[in-house]
Amino acid sequence: MSQATVRIPAPLRSFTGGAAEVAVEGDTVGEVLRSLSEIHSGLKQQILTDKDGVRDFVNIFVDNKNIRSLAGLESPVTEDAVIYIVPAVAGGGS
Amino acid sequence: MSPLRAVETASTQLWLPAVLQHELSRFAQASYPLEACGLLVGRAGDTKIDTVRVVPARNLNLERPEDRYLLDPQDFLATDRAARAEGLEIVGIWHSHPDHPARPSGTDLESAWEGYSYLIISTTADGAAALRSWRLVGDRFVEEAVEQEDTEP
Ligand SMILES: [Zn+2]
Repeated sequence: MSQATVRIPAPLRSFTGGAAEVAVEGDTVGEVLRSLSEIHSGLKQQILTDKDGVRDFVNIFVDNKNIRSLAGLESPVTEDAVIYIVPAVAGGGS
Repeated sequence: MSPLRAVETASTQLWLPAVLQHELSRFAQASYPLEACGLLVGRAGDTKIDTVRVVPARNLNLERPEDRYLLDPQDFLATDRAARAEGLEIVGIWHSHPDHPARPSGTDLESAWEGYSYLIISTTADGAAALRSWRLVGDRFVEEAVEQEDTEP
């Protein structure tokens, strides 16, 4: 199992007791995010869908790459990888 | 509207030095009549949000760039990394409302997150007209006071 660091954006830190980074083990992004959700319950429904996909409101990056352009939640995680949960930021004037 | 609701404001204040306020107006106005968006970088305390930098970002909404924005997540990531290297954080989001008031729209509400300051700049053909900040509390926005520091820290 690889040890990865998950970077938590400010709006989701209420689910991690204020922690900005959490160290989690896993060999794929999905494994890491599921373990993370076991450590910090409540986080799962913020980032993952019931069908085990990534919610539309977040983007997951491994190092510099969006996992949507890789193998999604099956994307491999190497030792010391940094996984970023990036909130989708959108809106408008009307 | 009840009187109680009318006086309700956020428990935080956004500190935005005049020099950054001007920079922001320039960014916002440069995109007029299209929307501009970006990030606020600084330090978030319990009651005081200190803005150290304003960063422009790409708007990926190419279908309705005149009244919608979708901030490029790659820009978010790059800004977060640079901020972190300096011991700073992304503390808020800014975007412009071309020819609309500096109040959050229904679209803003749908995609808002708690824990960020949402700074809105109203832009017009004659220049940036108003700048107001908002925070999501539960299922609605409350206004956050914008304070201006006259001197550099
Ligand atoms: Zn808006």
